[in-house]
Amino acid sequence: MRIFDPHIHMTSRTTDDYEAMHAAGVRAVVEPSFWLGQPRTSPASFLDYFDALLGWEPFRAAQYGIAHHCTLALNPKEANDPRCVPVLDELPRYLVKDQVVAVGEIGYDSMTPAEDTALAAQLQLAADHALPALVHTPHRDKLVGLRRTLDVVRESALPPEHVLLDHLNETTVKEAKDSGGWLGFSVYPDTKMDEERMVAILKRYGSEKVLVNSAADWGRSDPLKTRRVGDAMLANGFTEDDVDLVLWRNPVAFYGISGRLALDTEGTPATGATHEGNSILRGGE
Amino acid sequence: MSRISPMTPVERVNSDSPVDAVTSDDLARTRPADLHTRLDSHLTGAARAWLDQALDEAGTHPGTHGPISVWELRLAEAGRRCGAEHADAARVLILHAARADAAALTRVYQQGTAAERRAVLHALPHLVPGPDALPLVEDALRTNDTRLVAAAVGPYAARHLDPHQWRHAVLKCLFTGVPVAAVADLDRRAHADAELARMLGDYAAERTAAGRPVPADLHRVLTLTDPTATPPAPATAPGPRGTDGEES
Repeated sequence: MRIFDPHIHMTSRTTDDYEAMHAAGVRAVVEPSFWLGQPRTSPASFLDYFDALLGWEPFRAAQYGIAHHCTLALNPKEANDPRCVPVLDELPRYLVKDQVVAVGEIGYDSMTPAEDTALAAQLQLAADHALPALVHTPHRDKLVGLRRTLDVVRESALPPEHVLLDHLNETTVKEAKDSGGWLGFSVYPDTKMDEERMVAILKRYGSEKVLVNSAADWGRSDPLKTRRVGDAMLANGFTEDDVDLVLWRNPVAFYGISGRLALDTEGTPATGATHEGNSILRGGE
Repeated sequence: MSRISPMTPVERVNSDSPVDAVTSDDLARTRPADLHTRLDSHLTGAARAWLDQALDEAGTHPGTHGPISVWELRLAEAGRRCGAEHADAARVLILHAARADAAALTRVYQQGTAAERRAVLHALPHLVPGPDALPLVEDALRTNDTRLVAAAVGPYAARHLDPHQWRHAVLKCLFTGVPVAAVADLDRRAHADAELARMLGDYAAERTAAGRPVPADLHRVLTLTDPTATPPAPATAPGPRGTDGEES
């Protein structure tokens, strides 16, 4: 089973996780920039974080045979802090980088006017850079948040089929699907989705344009949840091809919109690391 | 797809030589005109056309793309235009065509991804005659990214790093598993270096005390430090990287 985790915060994880993920079949990840738990106080700390997502973290991932790409943005929560907002002016020089495959995570946290402004501005940045957008839907007041998100997307220059609506659940999947966007589901140990509910949604709404992620971060989360969903799908009568569509081909198709995904045909990374004396994949497979 | 057995990062970087059309060693040591000819022979038509235009733009500096100049945009997108395996060479050529000086290289390095930083390091011997860009080498040597460390110990470092920093760079290669074949001018600089010999001996003793094998590369460098050995000829292009370090 080859797995592409389209949303995972590896900066917050250990090398043990990378090793376990590789053993479970994970060969590619996308790491969206997000809130670090401790609020930032200036654009400079965003820039160091962006640099890490374009430098150290892909190197770490390559050590474990996993291709690493990222999405960059001002996250919804910190869009409310005027000390952080100027990072929007720095984003254009980052959004041209090879490993940046979307603008994200953007969207709503508390649905404030500041979040409206940041979301609209960053959807425009995505359109300007021919990138898709990874849009986080809020944890609180989720359905209203999704509707407001879809309104802003409709008013933007970005076509809905270039938008991945993430953290969906039973209450939001229908309207998200009707919008024409890609459908992201985060599978967590306690909150968000779980494996069995995920399978039920796949049965009811189909697997077209559906992406499943672990969204693993510094909180209670599990970087192997993508594999657990694949196993649950197989146990419930889905075929290997269905699993491959959800866990590999759909994320490749969505982030492939950027034209910047560097993966080889076997689902192993074709990044510089494998050519710079780090030949774990050539040696092991 | 077979499972890959867990290995330490040190083991992983000590593997066979890279398969690049143009190896990392070559990037810093090959004349840009020759590099261009060799890269062209590996690129598809679309990538070749893109590179030609990027080099033209770098030569003429035609304005900006938002906050950055057009040639810096081309530098950023070289991977997706030429393919990851050719990006380093393409970037070195763009930097050369732009006649980037130490100030421009510093800006590009500081605003660059790891891949862009690597290209800047490879381009240094082509573009910076004096030691002005040494802080970039020192920055790369502070990282634990073995691709950056390997790029940092090229001909520019051989020319300008002071003895203390150069010895630590060699030791860092041994620590992180960067094959010492990546170290430019190793024979000449190591020759009769008694302090380097002491550091290598102490490191070997530390490994042995811990019950760990001593890297084969350590013995190789130790041999080079012997003052009674025949002094080496001036540096030439070394053989393929990665065939030596066998620490496991």
